[in-house]
Amino acid sequence: MTAPNTQANSRLHSMTYSTRGADPATAPAFLAPLDEMGAGLPGSGLSWLTELRAAGRERFAAVGLPTIKNESWRYTNLRDLAKVSFQPAAPAAATIDLLPTVRAEGQDGPRLVFVDGRFRADLSSVEGLPPGVELLSLAAALSTHGELLADHIGRLAAADDRPLVALNSAYLADGPVLHVPAGVQVERPIELVFVSVGTEAQATSCHPRSLLIAKAGSKAVVVEHHVGRGDGTTLSNHVTEVFVGEGATLHHYKSQREGGGAIHLSHIAATVATGGCYDNFILTTGAKLSRNEVVSRLDGTEARTHVSGGYLVRGTQHADTTTVIVHAKPNGTSREVYKGVIDDTARAVFQGKITVCPDAQKTDGYQLNRALLLSDGAEIDSKPELEIHADDVKCSHGCTAGELDDDALFYLRARGIDRDTAQGLLIGAFLSESLEEIAEESIRDAFQGIIAGWLEEQK
Amino acid sequence: MAAQPETVEQVRAVTEQKYKYGFTTDIEADVAPKGLNEDIVRFISAKKEEPEWLLEWRLKAFRVWQTMEEPQWAAVSFPPIDYQDAHYYAAPKKKAGPKSLDEVDPELLKTYEKLGIPLREQEILAGVEGSEGKSPAIAVDAVFDSVSVATTFKAKLEEMGIIFCAISEAVQKHPELVKKYLGSVVPYTDNYYATLNCAVFTDGSFVYIPKGVRCPMELSTYFRINQANTGQFERTLIIADEGAYVSYLEGCTAPQRDENQLHAAVVELVAMDDATIKYSTVQNWYPGNAEGVGGIYNFVTKRGACRGRNSKISWTQVETGSAITWKYPSCILQGDNSVGEFYSVAITNNFQQADTGTKMIHIGKNTRSTIVSKGISAGKAQQTYRGLVKILPKAEGARNHTQCDSLLIGDKCGAHTVPYIESRNRSARIEHEATTAKISEDQLFYCRQRGISEEDAVSLIVNGFCKEVLKELPMEFAVEAQKLVGISLEGSVG
Repeated sequence: MTAPNTQANSRLHSMTYSTRGADPATAPAFLAPLDEMGAGLPGSGLSWLTELRAAGRERFAAVGLPTIKNESWRYTNLRDLAKVSFQPAAPAAATIDLLPTVRAEGQDGPRLVFVDGRFRADLSSVEGLPPGVELLSLAAALSTHGELLADHIGRLAAADDRPLVALNSAYLADGPVLHVPAGVQVERPIELVFVSVGTEAQATSCHPRSLLIAKAGSKAVVVEHHVGRGDGTTLSNHVTEVFVGEGATLHHYKSQREGGGAIHLSHIAATVATGGCYDNFILTTGAKLSRNEVVSRLDGTEARTHVSGGYLVRGTQHADTTTVIVHAKPNGTSREVYKGVIDDTARAVFQGKITVCPDAQKTDGYQLNRALLLSDGAEIDSKPELEIHADDVKCSHGCTAGELDDDALFYLRARGIDRDTAQGLLIGAFLSESLEEIAEESIRDAFQGIIAGWLEEQK
Repeated sequence: MAAQPETVEQVRAVTEQKYKYGFTTDIEADVAPKGLNEDIVRFISAKKEEPEWLLEWRLKAFRVWQTMEEPQWAAVSFPPIDYQDAHYYAAPKKKAGPKSLDEVDPELLKTYEKLGIPLREQEILAGVEGSEGKSPAIAVDAVFDSVSVATTFKAKLEEMGIIFCAISEAVQKHPELVKKYLGSVVPYTDNYYATLNCAVFTDGSFVYIPKGVRCPMELSTYFRINQANTGQFERTLIIADEGAYVSYLEGCTAPQRDENQLHAAVVELVAMDDATIKYSTVQNWYPGNAEGVGGIYNFVTKRGACRGRNSKISWTQVETGSAITWKYPSCILQGDNSVGEFYSVAITNNFQQADTGTKMIHIGKNTRSTIVSKGISAGKAQQTYRGLVKILPKAEGARNHTQCDSLLIGDKCGAHTVPYIESRNRSARIEHEATTAKISEDQLFYCRQRGISEEDAVSLIVNGFCKEVLKELPMEFAVEAQKLVGISLEGSVG
C-alpha cells in the first residue's frame, strides 16, 4: 500500500494487452508451415532478423491466438480462425486487370503492389518520386538497406503483448518500405496496393510487414488499398510501423474492401517526434472479419495525431476498430472521429483509448464514435476509454448509437424522394463528418466514391 | 485479536451441535476466531439461529467461493488479502457500545464537529433521551461491526405495514419474504466478493414496503466498523411492492487503524410494478492516512432489479472514503418502461484508489437510464469510472444518457474512464460523453480575489462541479455531503 501510484503507472503499458486470455493450443497449426519455409525466407543471413523471427515464433507458440477473455479482444472472437487450416499463399502470377487508384490520369506511379503479401515488380512503379525518396519492397531492402531495417523493424510493434504481431514477425518476409529523407516533400500520393487472391480449394494466409519513415521536416501522403479477388478464404495479418520525425507530416489513408471470405487483421504502430503529425484514416467496407488496431504514440512535444475512420458493414460481417493514442510528452493534440453504419446481422466494435502520461501536461485529446444501426439484428459494442495521469489536460470523448432519424427521413420522403434514396442521402451525410477528417481532397473524393458504391449495392 | 484455543474449542462445540435448540446461550464469544472455513459459516449461522435452508445456502456459496479467483480487471492494486487472517463475526458486548459522546474517540468527534450534522444522528444511535422525538424524518437501523444494534421508528412504520428491521430479525419473523428474494438479484455465484458475502454475511437491513404504500420517512442504515481485524459483510435487501415508494439512505464510517479492513457488502433491490426505490449512499469509511497506511477495502456489490412495469430505481452515491473502492451499483431494467438512474460523486485523495461505476442492463421495452458520474482525483489517488450500458434485442425504444466528468487536482493523480456500450437494438438511443479537466485557473483566481482562501475556493468549485449529483440526495444528506467534499480534499492544494 505504500506506493500504489507507481504501480498504477506501470500499468500504462501492460494492463490493456495482457496475455491472459490466450490459447496456446491454437499456435502449432499456424506455425507448422514455417518449418517447411525455414531458410527459404529472405534475409536469413541477417542475425537481427533471425532473432526477431525466432522471438516472434517463440512468443506465438507460448500464447497462440487471443481469446475473448483477453480484455482487448472481448468483442472479437477468433475462435473460428483456429478451425481453418491456413497455408502460406503460393507466389501468384495472377494477372490483375484493374488496380484501385486515386491517381490522376496519365500518372504511372508511385505505386507498389503486393499480391498475397508478395511484391509484384511488374505491377509496381516508382515514377514521380522526388530524388532521395526510397520506395521498395522489404524483401529487396533486406539486401540493400539492411541497416535501415535493423534500426526500425520491430522497434514499435511489440510482440510481447500482441500475439498476432508475434506471428507476423515469425513470418516476416515482405511488404513495402518507404523512406522519405529530411525536408523532402512528396507531392504525389504514394499508393500501396495489397491484393488477396486466394483459391476456392485452400485457405491461404500472408503476413505483410510495412515500414514507413518520414524524416524531420518531410511530408508524404500514403494511400493503402486492400482488395480481394474471388471468394476464397484468405487471412491477411498485416503489421505496419510508422516513424514520423521532427516537424514531419505523414498522411496515411487506408481503404479495406477485401472479399467476403477474407479475414483482415492489421496492426499499425506509429511514433511521432516533436512537432510532427501522423494523420491516419481507415475506411472499412470489406472482409468477413476485420480488425484494425492503430497505436499512435506522441513521443515528442507539440506533436499531433489524427486517428479517424469509417466502417460500413452488412450481412454477417464483423468489423473491429481498436485504437490507442498515447500522449507521452507535453502539448500534444489528438483527434479521433469514427463513424459507422451497421446493417443486417453485422457487428461492429469500437475500442478507443486515450492515455495521457504523467509528463504530458497541456494535452488536448478529443474522440468521437457514432454508430448507426440500420436493422434489428445489427450490433455495436463500444468502449471509449480515457486514462489520464496528468492534471493540466483537456480530454473528452463522446459516443452514440441509434437509428436513422425518422423526422429527417420523413422530410425527404415528403419531398418525393423514395425511401432507399432518402436513406442513402442520410447515411452519406452521417458519414461525411468523419470523411471531412481527410485533409487531401482527391483522396476524400475517392473514399466518398467507395461509400457511394456501397450505398448503391445497398438498394 | 488472536484466536484463543478455548474459543476454537467453543466454536467446535457449537458447530457440532448446530441443530440443537438453545446452544447460543452457552456462548459468550463476541468475536469468532480468525479464519474462514465451513465451521465458521456454521458458527455464524448458528449464532443467528438461522433456519436450515439459509445455512445450506451459505454453505453452497462458500463452496463456490473456494473455487473462485479474485477479480483482477479493476484498476486498483493492493497486496494480496489473507482471507484467513480476519474475524468473520464480531458482535459488540451487551452494554459495551458508546453511551454518550464522551466515550467516542475525540479524533472522530472532531471530524463530526466539522461535519456538524451527524451529531444529532449519533445521539439517536447512542439512545440519548429525547433525541428520537426531535428528529422526525429519518428512521435509522444502526449496524455496528456485524450486528444491527438499534432500529428506530419501527413501531410507527409497522402501523403502515412497512417492515424495517435487521435482516437477521427478518429471517426469524418474515422467512417467506427473505427466502423469496434473498439472492434473487445477486445470486450466490455472482462474483468473488458477493459470494463470500453470501457465505458469511452477518447482518444488514431489511425493508419491505407493501403494495401502494409510500414510506412516510427516509429509512437509513448507519454502518460502522469498530472492531479491529474484522471483515464486515452486511447484506441489505429492499423490496418495494406494487406502487410503493421508499427512499433509503446509507452512511458508513470506521475508526482510524493502521491495518486494512475488508468490507464486502451486498445490496439487493427489487421494485415491482410502478414502485420506486431511491437509494442514497454517503460512503465515508476510513480512507487511510496521508501516506496511504490503513483504510477500508470497500468491495461492494449493489444491484437493483426493476421487475415491474414503470418501476424505477435510482442510485445516488457520494464516495469519499475507503482506501480502495470497488463498487458498481447496477440496474436490471426488466419491466417495460422501467427507469434506472445512477448519480455518483467520487472523491479520491492521497493514496486512495477507486474503481466505480454502474451497469444498466436494458431488457424491457422503452426502458430508460441516466448515468451522471463526477470524479475528483487529488493527491496521488487513482480513480476509474467503469460502466456498462447494455441494450438487449427486445429493448425497443430504450434510451440511455451517460455523462462522466473528471476533475484532476495535482499532477500526481490519475482519472480514468472505461465505459462499455453494447447495443443490439436499432431503435435504442445511447449517448455517452466524458470529459477530463483540471480546476479552472480563472475560477480559482476569481474566488481568491474575493478573499476566499484557496482551500475554500477549491471546495466551492468542486461542490459546483458535483452539484448535479448532490441535488439528488435527500436534504439531510446533501448538507453533510457538501461539507464532506470540502474535508476530503483538505491538503490537496497549496
